[in-house]
This record gives sequence, structure tokens and C-alpha cells, in this order.
Amino acid sequence: MTDYNSNNTPAALLKEWLDRALSETTAGWLQSGLEKADDPVSDQGFYVAFGMVPRKLGKATLELNDEDLQKADASRKGWRPQGLSVDQAARLLLTLNRSVIMGDRFPDWLDQLIATGDVAEQVALYRGLPLFPYDKKLSLRAQEGLRTNIKTVFEAIAHDSPFPAEYFEENAWNHMVLKALFIGSALYPIQGIDQRTNVQLTRMLTQYAHERWAAKRVISPELWRCVGRCPNDSALDDLKRVISSSDELENRAAVLALNDFPEKNELVEGLLQTQTELLAAIKNGELTWDRLGVQVAEGSGQ
Amino acid sequence: MSDGSDNQNGTLDQGLKFIDPHIHMNARVTDDYERMAAAGVVAVIEPAFWLGQPRTSIGTFIDYYSTLVGWERFRAAQFGIRHYCAIGLNSKEANNEPLAEQVMEILPRFLTKEGVVAVGEIGYDDQSEAEDKYFRAQLELAKELEMLVMVHTPHRDKKQGTTRSMDVIEEHGLDPSRVVIDHNNEETVRETLDRGFWAAFTLYPRTKMGNERMVEIVRQYGSDRIIVDSSADWAMSDPLAVPKTGRLMLERGISREDVHKTCYQNALDAYGQSGAFNEEDWLNPAPIDQRILFEGNSVLRGQAPRVDEEKDNLVIE
Repeated sequence: MTDYNSNNTPAALLKEWLDRALSETTAGWLQSGLEKADDPVSDQGFYVAFGMVPRKLGKATLELNDEDLQKADASRKGWRPQGLSVDQAARLLLTLNRSVIMGDRFPDWLDQLIATGDVAEQVALYRGLPLFPYDKKLSLRAQEGLRTNIKTVFEAIAHDSPFPAEYFEENAWNHMVLKALFIGSALYPIQGIDQRTNVQLTRMLTQYAHERWAAKRVISPELWRCVGRCPNDSALDDLKRVISSSDELENRAAVLALNDFPEKNELVEGLLQTQTELLAAIKNGELTWDRLGVQVAEGSGQ
Repeated sequence: MSDGSDNQNGTLDQGLKFIDPHIHMNARVTDDYERMAAAGVVAVIEPAFWLGQPRTSIGTFIDYYSTLVGWERFRAAQFGIRHYCAIGLNSKEANNEPLAEQVMEILPRFLTKEGVVAVGEIGYDDQSEAEDKYFRAQLELAKELEMLVMVHTPHRDKKQGTTRSMDVIEEHGLDPSRVVIDHNNEETVRETLDRGFWAAFTLYPRTKMGNERMVEIVRQYGSDRIIVDSSADWAMSDPLAVPKTGRLMLERGISREDVHKTCYQNALDAYGQSGAFNEEDWLNPAPIDQRILFEGNSVLRGQAPRVDEEKDNLVIE
């Protein structure tokens, strides 16, 4: 069983937060569940405990303070447990515990656990990807998860997790970003979104924008976040269109994107100088991609 | 507005909600979900059954159960309908013993999943030895996991098969108030009720019950412990059977209270005993459930139910 005294591992933190959130009775149930799930011979105790977690412990959101979040990041760089619920935390704890017994069978076992999971279980387990051992071997499972039609499952993998940026090769990364736009999911919670821009992604996104324009459909202003840092031939013309849009969020996105251009020729500078107020807002930190992302999400009622 | 107009024809059903506690949505299209939601269905229970032909490997059972607890639940939520299920090894496929053994092994991990309200539908088909063996094994599993049971009674040799199902359940020490006996008819209802079980009726065109017969059963036996369902599946069946029957009952002079009980409340009381089937789930879903299941969708609430094109023909024969 995991040694919780080895301070500040993700498992120890999950245990600490759960003990704080649970009553004596429910904490007792979790403890006995952890013990039953620790059977080296059979998985049955694990499956029953894992399945019954929400019925026994409920689904309240864990209350985490700044210190908790700092410890989380220290235990696993990029781990953001914000919004984690009691049942998700308990399921991750059970799974981390079980991973010790499973040894190198863990990736295949986890694959089955997710494949047979209900929606809540899948969300919990995908949120745990950065915490699990054998992480390199879990990349294909994460990509499989992104093929879902269920937005919350997609976001459990793509959002607030260091996993995709660390383990996805370029094509998988690009398709994740494009799919996020397709299903109306935000880009700003994707860790590494600025660092992993690439020429192929810019091509995919600008062509996607052209398709949407041809069909007279709206485009998320966040799309241009990945274009400005790695512009292609069509990017400038596209952004000219966006900067003159009647949608204020699109204007801001265009200015942010043009400002990101690694090399600014006269045309780019000229366009930027038409928007001195927005440029000033960028300089003083009022206008950022993350803030814009939040505004876009709020505007679309997400 | 319904004030004072409840006894006018056409507004009788105003605000009625329905539960279909036995329907195989996996075999239905989204149009059905739309029509059901429009007709006032707020929740469904989908028991595991066979797929029209026998499965040949454990993998297809696993995928089927996974669909019931995963995708189908999500799909239903798109239409504002809450989806629950019962998990079990059906009687027909219990006859393939090598496969049945493997199914028994994986059942516990599915029975504990979110939205699983009972072990079901289990029972007899041919009343063979293998069916008996796995029926009993699953009753024991239900006891061990403190779960309810949904019983499929056989089409052939029905009366004898229904009596035998209840005998075996009692022999294994299950409380009849935690067991729903399904597919009852005029010949089986008295004994089912007398022995303390919930008595469900399947309104299924041509083979099981027609709903004019159902009206007469409620007239004769009242509404205590009587549950109406559709068992709609991949064959000729009607996913609107519950709302249609409720409305037919009203038209034929059954009280609104009795309609509410047989088409909603009794199913809620019976399966609510699982702890996994609560009115709150659809009237006032928890924020985390809303995030997971209802994102981007409005849950239908208090809207005027309608059956539109069905209005002319509420009768299922």
C-alpha cells in the first residue's frame, strides 16, 4: 500500500484532502475500501470499492486552498486539482494504490478500467493521467479518450493537465486542439498551448477558419492564439479580416495574434498601430490570451 | 393554465410526468428520445437483455454493459431524460454455460456503477437447468451487494414460470418488496401482489399486454405496487407506451392519482430503494452531474407534455 508518510506525493495529498473533507463514517468506509482493494490476488475488492465510491462518499467538490494547490504542483509539475470532487479524488487514490500492486501490468489494466468505466469514472481516471506511473505508455489511451463524443471526458484529458503537452506527438496534439474548437471547448485551459504551436497546426486552423467562413459560421477568437506565434502565408490576410470584425472579442484576438508574430513586417506593424488602445492593454497586462479565453467561454454560455 | 380545467378533456394530462422503468433504448433512435421527452417521460431504466441473437464472446457482453452505463446514459441526457439501468445475465444466454461463467465473473464490477439500480432482467425463458442455476447465482449476488432485482417472467408456460420465479426468490431469502416481477398479465397479477412483490406490466403490442387490458387491471386491482412499462426494444414495440397508457387511463376514467402511481411514483418507490434512483436527479440535478451529463442542454422541466400525432390513437393492441 502507498506510504502516505512519504509526504507530498499526489497519493498522500489526495488522502489528506479526503480525510479533511469526509466524516468519521465516510472516512472509515474509504479506509476499509482501500484495504479491500489492496488484495494482491484478486481485483474484485478494488472494483467494488471503486464502483461504490460516489454512493458512499458523495460528489461534493473538494475545498482546496492555495497551499494545497502549491503542494499539488510541487508533487507533480502542472497538476491542477482545482474542482476535483470527493468521488474523483477517492477513485484516483484507489487507483494509485492499486498501481503499486499491478506493477508493469498497470497500463493494460488501466486501459480496461477506463474502457469499461461509466462517464464519471472515465472523467476521474483521465484527470489522473499525469499522476499515474508508466505515463509514457498511457499516451495512446489518452488519445483514444479524445475520440469521445462526451465533452466532459474530452476536457478531463485536454484541460488543466500537463499530460498532452508532455506526451503527445505533433499530430495527436494538433488534432486535440482542432477538436477542442470543433466541440466548442476552450483552448486557454490546455497546458502548453503556446509552446506547442507548429506549422501544421497553423495550416489546419487557418483552413478550418476558411471552411467556417465559407459556411457562414462563427469561429472562436481563441483559434488565432495558435496562429500568431507560428504564422503561415495566409495568416496575415486572415487576421486582417478578423481585426475588422464587428465582434469585439475577435478584434482583441487579432491584435493579440499579430502582436505574437515573431517577425513583424511593416504590414503587421501598420495593422497593430490602428489599435493603440488594445496594444496598451496588452502592455499593461489587461489583455491576455487567457483573459480573452475566459471572456469567450463566458460569452458562449459555457 | 390548468386552474379549474382539470376535468376538461385534453387538459387532464397537464403536468403529468412519466417514468418508463423497462425500455431498451440501446435499440432505439434519437427520434424516440425526442418524442418521449415531449410526451413527459423524465427517466428510464434499461435492463440488460439479449440483442436478438446470442453473443459469442465475453467481450461483447463487456461492451454492451459499458454502453449501458456510459454512452446510453449520456445520449439520453441530451434529450433531458435521465437514464438508469439494470445489469444482469439474461435467461436466454444463461444457456451458454461456458460464456455464462465468464459473465458471472464480470458482473460485480458493473453492478456497482453509477445509475445501476438493480440486478436484471433475470429469470426464466425455457426454464432449463442452466437458467435456474444462473438465476439463483444472480439472486445470491444481489443479496451480497444489497441490490434490488428485476425479474423477467417467461413468455411460454408463463403462469408456472412466474410462480416458480417467486418461489426461488423466497427460497433465497430476498425480500419481495425489493423485487419487481415484470411482464405480468391478468393470470399472474393476483399471486404477484398477494406475495408482496411489485407487479410490473409491459405494454407491448401484440405479444404482451395491450393498454385497454391495462386500464381494466388498474380498475380491478387499484394502483398499489402496480407499475407500467414499455419494454420497447428492437422489435415492433412502442417507446411511448407509458405516456399513452397513462393518458388512456385518464380518458377511461381512472383517477389522476392512480395514473401518477402506476406510471411514475411506484417505479420511483420501487427502484428508489436502491439509493441510485432519486427524483432529485431530474428535478434538481447536482452541479457535478449537470457538468457531466447535462452540459449544453436544457433539462426539460414543467413543460406541457404532448403526444401530438399520437393523440388520435392512444390504444396499443
